[in-house]
Amino acid sequence: MKISIGRILSYVLAIVLTVFFAFPLVFMVMSSLKPDFNLLQDTGSFRAFLPVGPISFNNYIGVYDRIPLLMFIGNSLIVATTTTILGLFFNSMLGFALGRMEFKGKSFVFAVIISTLILPFEVIAIPLLYMMVKLPVLSFKGGIHFTQGLFNNYQVQILPFIANAIAIFLFMQYFKSIPKELDEAARVDGASWFLIYRKIAMPLAGPAIGTVSILTFLPMWNAYIWPVMTIQDERYRPIMIGLQYFYVNFGTSWGQIMAYLTILTVPVVILFLSMQRFFVNSIATTGVKG
Amino acid sequence: MSTAILKPLRNKSSQKRSEGRAAWILAAPALLLLTSFVVLPVILGLGLGFTNAQLLSPNAPEFTGLSNFKTLVGVATTTIHAERNTDGSCVKDASGQIAFESLRDRTREGSKYPNLVGKTEVKRFINEKNCSAKIVLAGDPTFWRSMGNTLFFALIVVPVQGGLALLLALLVNQKLKGRNFFRTIYFIPTVTSMVVISMLWRFIYQPEGLINKTISNFNPSYVPIDWLGNPKTAMPAIIFLSVWQAVGYHMMIWLGGLQTIPQELYEAVRMDGANKWHEFKFVTIPGLRHTFVFILITITIAALGLFIQIGILTGGGPLDSTTTLVWQSFVHGYQRQEIGYGSAISFVFFIMVLFISLIQRSMTKRLES
Repeated sequence: MKISIGRILSYVLAIVLTVFFAFPLVFMVMSSLKPDFNLLQDTGSFRAFLPVGPISFNNYIGVYDRIPLLMFIGNSLIVATTTTILGLFFNSMLGFALGRMEFKGKSFVFAVIISTLILPFEVIAIPLLYMMVKLPVLSFKGGIHFTQGLFNNYQVQILPFIANAIAIFLFMQYFKSIPKELDEAARVDGASWFLIYRKIAMPLAGPAIGTVSILTFLPMWNAYIWPVMTIQDERYRPIMIGLQYFYVNFGTSWGQIMAYLTILTVPVVILFLSMQRFFVNSIATTGVKG
Repeated sequence: MSTAILKPLRNKSSQKRSEGRAAWILAAPALLLLTSFVVLPVILGLGLGFTNAQLLSPNAPEFTGLSNFKTLVGVATTTIHAERNTDGSCVKDASGQIAFESLRDRTREGSKYPNLVGKTEVKRFINEKNCSAKIVLAGDPTFWRSMGNTLFFALIVVPVQGGLALLLALLVNQKLKGRNFFRTIYFIPTVTSMVVISMLWRFIYQPEGLINKTISNFNPSYVPIDWLGNPKTAMPAIIFLSVWQAVGYHMMIWLGGLQTIPQELYEAVRMDGANKWHEFKFVTIPGLRHTFVFILITITIAALGLFIQIGILTGGGPLDSTTTLVWQSFVHGYQRQEIGYGSAISFVFFIMVLFISLIQRSMTKRLES
């Protein structure tokens, strides 16, 4: 392969851009290892991006001492995992019905899903908050009775996000692409639709399951606005809200903030790197077909 | 599956009926959730916009008609006058300003100008010759600032982000060594939480942060700029970090589009003696039409929803220079617990999103015909 000036320029540009996109995250990780004094002193020189000076995990220990870190991580895992699993079941069921079955009202259901596809959460956040606060809820504490309001718990963080138009759409597309002959044969053998869904369609839906899992889990882990609005009780706070403990006016420790930001980011980056195939897939599907 | 016992053959219509029933059972859970937590809030939001609902008030919300929307978008003008001195010049007050009649008399409750009540001055055009001033008032000046900021943000971000993303995609679509590595790095900011990104850039933009200290190193006489604390630089700073965060996502979408263009098309025009620019103009651009529409729409809708960056970096300030529509809906609907008014703002946002998606529909139709 001959080396042209164009190619060299391409490489130079690609490397410059690598620095441009990576520098804040490199800075974050390196700073999380430094005491505040060194962190601020290194700012403005190359040292800011290198693990130099008195390196330690003290900031991480400080974070651990300052907030109930494991509880927050646990809360986020509970909320994100539950939403992902329930979402996989319910959204794939609806996707299956839309993609492979004929029923009255199908085109109407399809139209509803398409129209919610582009709806940003910000449109419904305020009315949804009002609805949740005013909702009568069955309570089992001290006898069965109704209490008002669904907030300060796991349910309020999970329920609104299980059904997801994008996930339904992805499953529908995927189930459409599986040859129809497969379930026709099973139908002749007398298999019920539920059996076909469970034993034929779902086992073939691996890539769609992977993609939808990512598309649900990631935003749930990163959830911020909705928990800010609905969770005041520390016991149910997810990990993103924990950040609020660090930007009080007095005694802001940038080292600890950087350590916390690293804790927030590392799982996401690992998830991304290990499931990159599904990420690219999800973008290709939402982007090109959407 | 072959072990299943053959059921007696049923006629077609009963089969259809059982298929319909099974489909509805499969669809029910997700549909129920979607209706309760997406469709219902949309409808509820439309309704609440016409009430004075409060978040934690025990009183039932009252229907207030168009009142919220009138406050929100209401604008009016009025002219006030000043007395003249004997020499014909306008009477001035102690501070040297022209002494106009009071505007408060007109805007307070029970004034003779019902269309001005409760409104705030936005702009004043003084006519020294006539000793008069034309005043523009708005029911909620912050709303108009938010609308302006939101549109400005979208107007800059949509072409810049979409264009840069295309350049990135073209760059890493070449057969470079390590191109997967480059793609991965450019994409990582988009999987990182916007909250994390905003906190990082808060440090970068600080008076003592990365940017200011780096410039100071090269230029000792440089006076540090408080990027987020200055009304002139706050919005550009937010635009910069927003593009930085999201451009990798749209690079991936462009890449997906580039890969759907058949290689034979490139070979065909090369046979006709086309250069790189011709290839781009006659093969790449036409091949990316659908991707273009999708990217245009998704960036526009995302840009109109600008919010988290504002919440973490500026809180809408300084001097309302970064306040946005969705931020205002949050301030009213959540912070001040004025659900009715907050819903009215969300409704305006909803209409804008709806408008954009209608544009998408007509653009896609035109491409297909």
